[in-house]
Amino acid sequence: MLSIDNLHASVEDKSILNGISLDVKAGEVHAIMGPNGSGKSTLSAVIAGNENYEVSEGAILLNGEDIGELDAESRAHKGIFLSFQYPVEIPGVTVTNFIKTAINASRKAQGLDEMPAKEMLKKIREKATLLEIDSRFLSRSLNQGFSGGEKKRNEIFQMAMLEPKLAILDETDSGLDIDALRIVANGVNKLRNENNAIVVITHYQRLLDYIVPDFVHVLHEGKIVKSGTKELAMELEEKGYDWIKKGA
Amino acid sequence: MQLEEKLMSSFVAFESEVDTLAPVHDVREKALKSFEKLGFPTKKNEEWKYTPLNSLLKEDFHIFSKHDNTVEFKDVKQYFIHDIDTYKIVFVDGVYNSFLSETTHEGADICLLSAALAHSKYQKNITDYFHKIASKNDAFTSLNTAFAKEGAYIHIPEKKILEKPIQIIHFSTGNDTALMLQPRNLIIVGKQAEVQIIERHQSLSNQKVFTNSVTEIFADQRAQVDYYKIQNDQEEASLIDNTYIRQEKESNAKVHTFSFGGKLTRNNLNFYHNDEHIESTLKGITIIENKQLVDHHTLVHHASPNCESHQDYKGIYADTSTGVFNGKVIVEKEAQKTNAFQQNNNILIDDKATINSKPQLEIFADDVKCSHGCTIGQLDEDALFYLRTRGIPKKEAKALLTYAFANNVLESVQIPSVKSRINKIIATKLGVDLGFDV
Repeated sequence: MLSIDNLHASVEDKSILNGISLDVKAGEVHAIMGPNGSGKSTLSAVIAGNENYEVSEGAILLNGEDIGELDAESRAHKGIFLSFQYPVEIPGVTVTNFIKTAINASRKAQGLDEMPAKEMLKKIREKATLLEIDSRFLSRSLNQGFSGGEKKRNEIFQMAMLEPKLAILDETDSGLDIDALRIVANGVNKLRNENNAIVVITHYQRLLDYIVPDFVHVLHEGKIVKSGTKELAMELEEKGYDWIKKGA
Repeated sequence: MQLEEKLMSSFVAFESEVDTLAPVHDVREKALKSFEKLGFPTKKNEEWKYTPLNSLLKEDFHIFSKHDNTVEFKDVKQYFIHDIDTYKIVFVDGVYNSFLSETTHEGADICLLSAALAHSKYQKNITDYFHKIASKNDAFTSLNTAFAKEGAYIHIPEKKILEKPIQIIHFSTGNDTALMLQPRNLIIVGKQAEVQIIERHQSLSNQKVFTNSVTEIFADQRAQVDYYKIQNDQEEASLIDNTYIRQEKESNAKVHTFSFGGKLTRNNLNFYHNDEHIESTLKGITIIENKQLVDHHTLVHHASPNCESHQDYKGIYADTSTGVFNGKVIVEKEAQKTNAFQQNNNILIDDKATINSKPQLEIFADDVKCSHGCTIGQLDEDALFYLRTRGIPKKEAKALLTYAFANNVLESVQIPSVKSRINKIIATKLGVDLGFDV
């Protein structure tokens, strides 16, 4: 599904990713952990196509296709989704209208007609139920005045609607209380299948109790310094990141 | 200055068309003298520093239309808010068009200024209100007053809540090359009366047209005035709009100005408070491109205690367009407990676009809440990236963010048809289908 080879990226001449290689197969969940400043969010931004980062070396392949030169919207059309740590507020555009716009933009890019209103409505209802979102929420302005939990739930709702091949969840657990965390994680788990893949980016192990990864990678100074299974996450929780930093 | 001389010498011809014995004619003559003394403002005038008039005033405008001009409804339908029932006062090249209009004298007077000036039954209102708050020291207002003879006359009597909005539309056909229009509106809203008005100036060709409009609005005790100015004119159309509003106790007046096009658009919007517990709202969205210029000069004169004013202007400037915002708030010594808020936010889409934003607060009372804020920036890159990761292409993403930026001005629009019309114009301006009905 996703194959990253020796990826180097920088922002304003400051090198942040220093040779990352990662293979994510369909049906897998990978967790990327690491201390603050290790490059976790940069990695997700670069995969999603943020133009603020300069990729100086390496390649990002999605199902064998090099997507390194594509803009963010084209990557989205190919099935990449990024759940933001800090989703953006858009006054005057409701959650429903926003998701309609997003879905139809993707369909248009793929040469499809707009999704019929009835079908759209049915899908919205179905996915809203999955994430325990009530209909009033859907007619609010996107992210405006949302609590931390509502913002993250809304991100996963968008993921559910857009049905990406590869979803990157950037610090989805930050700002969530335990109930919200449970709802969000349940939603993600229900969206998992053998045709998609999920990359969970997190500082803490907590989220991984709910979204259980197949593989865990530890990022430090822009490199993956250790990879393992879910037990690695628990070890990190116990020992903290100093252990990794010293070993690196 | 040619136009100035031409105007002065045209006055004699103008006098042959009006009743020179009417008391109003004294007002005209005084205004002409005032204009002669003042002359057109130059760049040296602080109020016109950023809005150069040279190229506009050097045109050889016709002062009177030479043609008997008519237009077909089907050709101009798009400029009306046509999905709801409204009263209509329509002018073509400055001449009233009864075919396109829908006026009334039942329950309220929604008709023509020329009729109000001519008939004795309106004499009292003319004496009491005509040219009572319009400036005596402003060249364009004086000029308009000197030539005042036609426009909308609206009188909503006490406790009358007008059931449908009024549209005032001025078309110019372009049959005369370079035409100057000077409409004059008088709007009197009685105690506890309510009215909604939509005003539009629309050129139907690429000919040059220069409109110098004056509107006086009187909102009596507890009256509600909800006024919308839709400015989306052709590239060669210029407008100087002078609007004066006097409010009495507990009245509420709102003016929304939507400026999306025209060569030069200057809005002089002036609110005067005459008693306590008055609320005034001034809001605007400006989205312009090419070499267009839109200038908002606002004044709120707080003269009594316990009044509020809210100003919120959003501007989006592309290419080499220019925006001016000059928001003046005067709080007199007597006007304690005033709440006056002013906000002006701007986005410059291109490097060569300009905005000159100037808040002017003159506060003489000590127990007041007054605030002003001004921002100038670009669209938020992070927000743009967010939208693009959802598959929304850059152009549409920019449009959505621009729409969101201007949105809270739209929130206070009370007429849904006006709101959806403005949304459509914004979508067209931004070159996108916003993809949903708002």
